[in-house]
Amino acid sequence: MDNARFLKLILGVNALIPLGLLLFDAATGRLGANPIEYFLRATGVMTLVMLLATLTVTPLRKLFGWNILIKSRRMLGLLAFFYCSTHLVTYSIFDKSGNLTAIVGDVAQRPFIAVGMAAFLVMLPLAVTSTNGAIKKLGGKNWQRLHRLSYLVAILGVVHFWMIVKSDLYYPALFATGLALLFGIRLFYRQTAKKEGQKPGLAFRPD
Amino acid sequence: MRTPDRKEITPEPLYLNRRNFIRAGVFAGSAAVTGLMYRAYRPDSIAVAPEEAPQSFGELTKRSEFQANETPNSFEDITNYNNFYEFSTSKTAVAREAQALKTDPWSVEVGGLVESPRTYSLQELLNFPQEERIYRFRCVEAWSMVIPWVGFPLAALLDQMRPTAEAKYVAFETAYDRSVMQSSFSAGIDFPYVEGLRIDEALHPLTLLATGLYGRPMPKQNGAPIRLVVPWKYGFKSIKSIVRITLTDKEPPTTWNIAAPREYGFYSNVNPNVDHPRWSQKRERRIGEITMRETLMFNGYEKEVADLYRGMDLEKFY
Repeated sequence: MDNARFLKLILGVNALIPLGLLLFDAATGRLGANPIEYFLRATGVMTLVMLLATLTVTPLRKLFGWNILIKSRRMLGLLAFFYCSTHLVTYSIFDKSGNLTAIVGDVAQRPFIAVGMAAFLVMLPLAVTSTNGAIKKLGGKNWQRLHRLSYLVAILGVVHFWMIVKSDLYYPALFATGLALLFGIRLFYRQTAKKEGQKPGLAFRPD
Repeated sequence: MRTPDRKEITPEPLYLNRRNFIRAGVFAGSAAVTGLMYRAYRPDSIAVAPEEAPQSFGELTKRSEFQANETPNSFEDITNYNNFYEFSTSKTAVAREAQALKTDPWSVEVGGLVESPRTYSLQELLNFPQEERIYRFRCVEAWSMVIPWVGFPLAALLDQMRPTAEAKYVAFETAYDRSVMQSSFSAGIDFPYVEGLRIDEALHPLTLLATGLYGRPMPKQNGAPIRLVVPWKYGFKSIKSIVRITLTDKEPPTTWNIAAPREYGFYSNVNPNVDHPRWSQKRERRIGEITMRETLMFNGYEKEVADLYRGMDLEKFY
């Protein structure tokens, strides 16, 4: 196994450990008095963690030249989509009893639900076009343009979290700060690239 | 640069072995760290089984009209899922953090528009005849429990104080000790926590000053040593760890109303027909149940309390 694949294995396993522990806790009755709420919140938080991890790949490549990470990025994005789907399914079944009309009503009436649902719907085409075949079909440029929507997904996700909190904004603010930092690094490199007359893109650093 | 001797080069099988060894270490180490991080965010409950504790209240009056015809939640659930923002904004962490609350000595200062203001020691309050009342408890966050409280009607205390004719409202205040209330800086609401009732609500026979639950003294995370319980209102009206009760002629300020006036009104009666601006109040999750159940008007106490609000627009006075 080469280093890139080993790294991918490590990242994938670690990303799924919280799910494994969640399921173990759920099966052994350790999720507290309100297990559904706990599961819902945990899968939501894990979605944000995976989204931020996906968006950290490029800054790390630019800052430290860790190009090896690119081989894991698709998996990180798909894990974000996986946690998001789990989150949505949990909400649909346990909070809304699988009643589609109730879900649509919720989206129409509750801005924070609408924002969360929008994030999922934007993520959907990104997940579908994550195959090599789709990249070929779309062409690298178009594919890249489409997948810039991942920024939007992350913003919607953090806003969704921010909107549901009653008064203690510590955790939403933590994610918002992380996201702002990642955007800041990207903008910095974009500006530098412009100044040097390069096309904004990934500058490979010789080792 | 000196070319290494052939014998200095690590033989390939040994090199690969070392690499596998390092990889296994990285793998196990990272998994352990991730697991520990997950555990750190999921504080274990500090459950105490009710039978381990002595029965502290002697013979309790159990009046049939105050026994909600439902199975109470377990002692473990009631004492490990709490909102007490002074200690933590995480409902599962309050049980641990709130143990720092100092409840001995404790006194409650009763004053304002009363003929005989005075300070009660906790023991004096425990001298009121204590009774058990099994009430539904509905949180504004759309979850609910059934709790076997121990306490006495607030009306019994107020009758002793003899409120003056000008007294129209009752204001309550929670203890505030920054040195043990670690969360109070970041909770996002102002402290000390304050609440209030209209005087007819305060005198209603359902309104309880609770001193315990499950036949034993009030656990700290549930608002030791004495708290209010107003079963037809959202839980945040049932203020915990009371140190001051003041009768006033004006509607007193209330903590959540100050924090978000559009979301939490002074009345905050449980009402499935008036949604919270951000979420629905039509249904609730009873702790211990998987799906949601319908929320009842005035939390099922409509027959008893609807008269208090006759002619009021409950959408306006939410």
